[in-house]
This record gives sequence, C-alpha cells and structure tokens, in this order.
Amino acid sequence: MNRAKKEKKMKTPITKKELMKQKVLLFWSAIFVVYGLIFYYVPLGGWIMAFQNYKPKTGLLHSKFVGLGKFKFLFEDQTFLKVIRNTLGMGVLNLVCTFVMAILFAILLNEIRSNKGKKTIQTISYLPHFLSWIIVTGILHDALSANGIINELLVNLHIIDTPISFFSIPQLFWPIVAFANVWKETGWNAIIYLAAITSIDPSLYEAAAIDGAGRWAKIKYITLPGIRPTIMILLLMNIGNVLNAGFEIQYLLGNGLIKNVSDTIDIYVLTWGISQSDYSLGTAAGIFKSVVAIILIVVANYVAKRSGEERLF
Amino acid sequence: MENKEMNQQTDMAAFHEETKAQESKNTSTVVKKHNSILTADKLFVVCNTLFMILFVVVTLYPVLNTVALSFNEGTDAVRGGIHLIPRKFTFKNYSVVLHMQNIITGAVVTVARTVIGTLLALVANALLAYIISRKEFLFKSQLSLFWVITMYVNGGLIPVLLLYKSLGLTNSFWVYVIPGMVSAFNVLVMRTYMQGLPEALEDAAKIDGAGYMTIFVKVVSPLCKPVYATVALFVAVGQWNSWFDAMIYNRMKTEYTTLQYELMKLLSSVMQQSGSATSMNTANAATVTPVTVRAAATVITMLPIICLYPFLQRYFVAGLTIGGVKE
Repeated sequence: MNRAKKEKKMKTPITKKELMKQKVLLFWSAIFVVYGLIFYYVPLGGWIMAFQNYKPKTGLLHSKFVGLGKFKFLFEDQTFLKVIRNTLGMGVLNLVCTFVMAILFAILLNEIRSNKGKKTIQTISYLPHFLSWIIVTGILHDALSANGIINELLVNLHIIDTPISFFSIPQLFWPIVAFANVWKETGWNAIIYLAAITSIDPSLYEAAAIDGAGRWAKIKYITLPGIRPTIMILLLMNIGNVLNAGFEIQYLLGNGLIKNVSDTIDIYVLTWGISQSDYSLGTAAGIFKSVVAIILIVVANYVAKRSGEERLF
Repeated sequence: MENKEMNQQTDMAAFHEETKAQESKNTSTVVKKHNSILTADKLFVVCNTLFMILFVVVTLYPVLNTVALSFNEGTDAVRGGIHLIPRKFTFKNYSVVLHMQNIITGAVVTVARTVIGTLLALVANALLAYIISRKEFLFKSQLSLFWVITMYVNGGLIPVLLLYKSLGLTNSFWVYVIPGMVSAFNVLVMRTYMQGLPEALEDAAKIDGAGYMTIFVKVVSPLCKPVYATVALFVAVGQWNSWFDAMIYNRMKTEYTTLQYELMKLLSSVMQQSGSATSMNTANAATVTPVTVRAAATVITMLPIICLYPFLQRYFVAGLTIGGVKE
C-alpha cells in the first residue's frame, strides 16, 4: 500500500494542471463515491441502532441509548447461542463438503480421455448453479418427499420399510443442506480447479509416465501439488463467507420440528428485526455476524502468511 | 507461480527416489510392477466412468423429474412413481400457471429487472473499472480501496431496510436495480481485463485528441466485449433468480412481485399440504395439485436459463478464471 502510494506520487504529482486534465475521471469518481457512501457506508452508520432502544418514531437521533444492553440480551438468549452453533456448523460442513467434492470432481473429470465426453459432463455440471435456491429447494422437497425417488429407492432396496419423513428428523437437516450445496455448486466450483490443472506443465506428466507412474501416482505427485496454491487462495476467500452460507435453504426448508437445528443468524435477524420489529436487536445480531466474518478472514490470512502460503492481502 | 513449480519439482524428486529405490531392490519385479500399474489404471478408468455416470444422473434426474411432473395430471401424480415420463399427460398445469395473474405480473417484472438491471450494472461497473484501470489517475488506489472495503463489510439487513425506506426505494421497482448496481467483485474482474489491454491503441487515440470518455466508449469498450459478457451474465442470472428483495421490500406491492417470489409462495403451499391430495382452488380443480402446478411454474422459470447458459460457457469460465487470479 505504502509503496504504491510513493510510486504514484513520483509518477503523477497532484497539480492543478493534472487535476484539470483528469476532470472527467474526477467527476465520475465523485459520483461513484457518493453512490458508494449512500448504499454501502451509510448503513454502517445504522449500527448505532444496536446501542439504542431504537423506535422508528423517534429515529436514530433521538432514540434512547442502552449501551451494550442489546448484546447482553443476545448472549443470554439460548436461541441466539443455538443459532450461532447452527450457522457455524452448517457453514463449516458446507465449506468442507463443497470444497472436497469440487476438487475431486475436477481431478476426476480431467482424467476423462474423451474430449467430447469431458465437455458434455462439464456443461451438465454447471446447470444446477444457475437454478435459484427456490427451484433447488423445490426439487429437493420432491426428491425427499414420502413418494419421492429417495424413499422409493430405499424401500425397494429393503433398507427401510416405510418412507422416511426427511424434513422432520433434526439429525438429517445439516447433511441435507450440505448435499444440496454440493449438488448445486460442485460443477461451478470445479471450473477454477480445471483451469489450474490445465496450466500444469504437461512435461511433468510425460516424465512421470516414463518413470512408470500410474494414474494415482500422477494425481498425487503432480496434479494435487499443482493446484495447491489455487486451493489455498479459494479456501481463504471462502472462510470469510462461512457465516453467509446460511439463509435461503434454511429459511425455505425450516419448519417447527427442526427449528432447533435449522435456524441461522440471518433467520434470527429476520425474525427479530422484521417480524418482531425490534430493529436494535436485529442490527446487533447482524453486527455480531459481520465482526466474526472479519475476524475469520484476518485470522485465516494471518495463518496463511505464517505458513508461507498465498494470501489475500 | 515459482513456488508452485518448486513444489512440483520436489514432489517429483520424491517420487523419483521412491521408484528408484524400489527398482534397485529388485529389478525383476519391474515388469510385474508395470503390469500391475496397467490393471490399476484400467480399474481407475472403470471407477471414474461409473462416478461420472452417477454424477450426471444425480445432476439431471431431479430436473427431468420436475419436467415430467409438470406434464402429468395432478391427482394422478400424488400416487407417486413418476420418474422421467409423465403417466397421464396433460397441459393443464401450464394453462393453470399461465392464467395466474401473479405469475404473469411476476414474469413481466422479472424480465424488466433483468434487462434494466443488467444494462445499468454493466455501464456502471465498466465505467468504474475504466477509471481505476487508468494508470495516471490521481486517486486510483484510494478509489479502489473505497470499493474493496464494500466487499467485506456491510450494514446488514435492518440498517439497509431503513435506508431504502427513507430513500423511498421500498414499494417501488427501483429497489431491484439501483442498490446493487455497482459490485466491487465485478469491477475488479473488469479492471483486471482492462489493465491487460495493449496501451498502444489508447495512445494512438490520445494523439488524435480523444478525451477519456471517447477512449472508454470507442477504444476500450469494444475490446472488452468478452469481459462485459461475463459480467452481464453474472448480473442477469442474479437478477433472474432473486426473490428476497421482492419479499422484504415489496411485500405489499403485488404489481412488483417477481417470478421467483411467486414460485416461493407456490412452494410454501406445497410444503404446508405436503403429500395430501388437496386440489387447487381453480376451475381445473379436479386434475391439478400444488405439486404439479409448482412443477410447471418451475419449468417456466428455469427454461430461459437452461436454454441460454450452454452458449455462454466460455464467457463465465473466462470470468471466473480472471476473478480467481487476484493480485
């Protein structure tokens, strides 16, 4: 950052002449800054609400300050603690499953010799990514319903006698969500690994073949080490998103029977903030989420830096 | 990059040593080993092919099953057992869906927000990317940082809702296209692409006396068609698939409902009466159920995307690869 600033100063000093020359750029930049301030930075000012007993009537300026009262309420609320557990649990489970599956899929697809077959499979693999969560949830609901394909298979294979009601068993909810994420994003996430695999020097494989390496050996000693930097950087980018992994599918599939394991921080914010109109509490929960996300990113970045891996910043 | 190759080399060296050690131990087993590698490879190919077949089936089956359901009579579908081919073929589900006023309104709004939203986002993101890709721009790094921060911190649902309320964006169509217009991620993708363009062309235009905006419109933009296509695709898919904004900001305004939000309401009605044969309250009540009507609405909603995405493949592959390679 510092060096960049110095270099820039050496190149183009801020003079009246230069400012005049760049007046069009400056004009549009100003518009983008105003836009950014309104839509991204002003809401941050709304964080004050979390320290108030905000009432829409009195507004931000005249509502009563309650200090950390709302946060205290949050951490004494058993529901909120459960909601944190669910968000982190599902976030980590989703992250691990989608990561492993995308890498596995990319490596295995790369081993398909027929180019046409490879292309076709890849095109099909992108499809679910373009479907909305509403559609995916609907499809999942059909597949797992009492007369859906999964129950039909399980009954016909004599694994179970009567259809399972999948959405009323708490233990099954997290795995179902993880599966839905894997189903939707595996092909999409694999794109970047496939690109990384293509950039590996082919002579390495040739050399390995001469040495008598089989497919497994080539994957283990060439492909995996080759995409390692890509894996690390994507892992870093996604760790900050762990808490964002939980809204749509949980909101759509959650029901009274499994609320305990399905509700996430976002749903908590929605319930308290919108339905109960406790804006302050909703904001406080949202702040907690943002802060944890930033801590996660910074820590992950630090760990990567210490272990000599690539890093984000 | 260097690091990566080094890693590979050391790994390769390890492998060499491993094999060499084995070879020196017993040279006569080399042929045997070679044969065993061949069988292992064959086994690998078989397993891999099976895995891919399973993958394709798991990916496609649910989608095709929805299509089959959408062409099946509702009361018959309740019995289950419909897989890829409808048992009692009918168009009724579609005619019911196409006669729902909400769905029609939702479709019009969704098309409008996709078209207008994508155009606005494209112009805004491209212009911002152009500004921060100018080497000589005085506040380049400050402006970049200003936008990069927005990728990591946001105000959260409630403050944003209050802001939109005070700006008069709630209960209006504009809430779909104005707030999300600039996305730092898309700007970075475009900026990276613009930085890679040959400078000679711009210099030539500058000598001819072209200003910044002329260069942006006439020199840079034509060269950026691939990355524009990528970003347009990302934005358009996002617009087409969103429902949350319709639910939160325009709940009271049925004239601004979206296709996905209507689909969500159908889905909820299916879940509430899960499994039962309750028929819909329409003229065709005897033969359609929420399940089949939802299937038909789902097919209508996903059809445009399914038809388009295979042709846009190279654009999103390129976009993701640019985006993933951060500086």
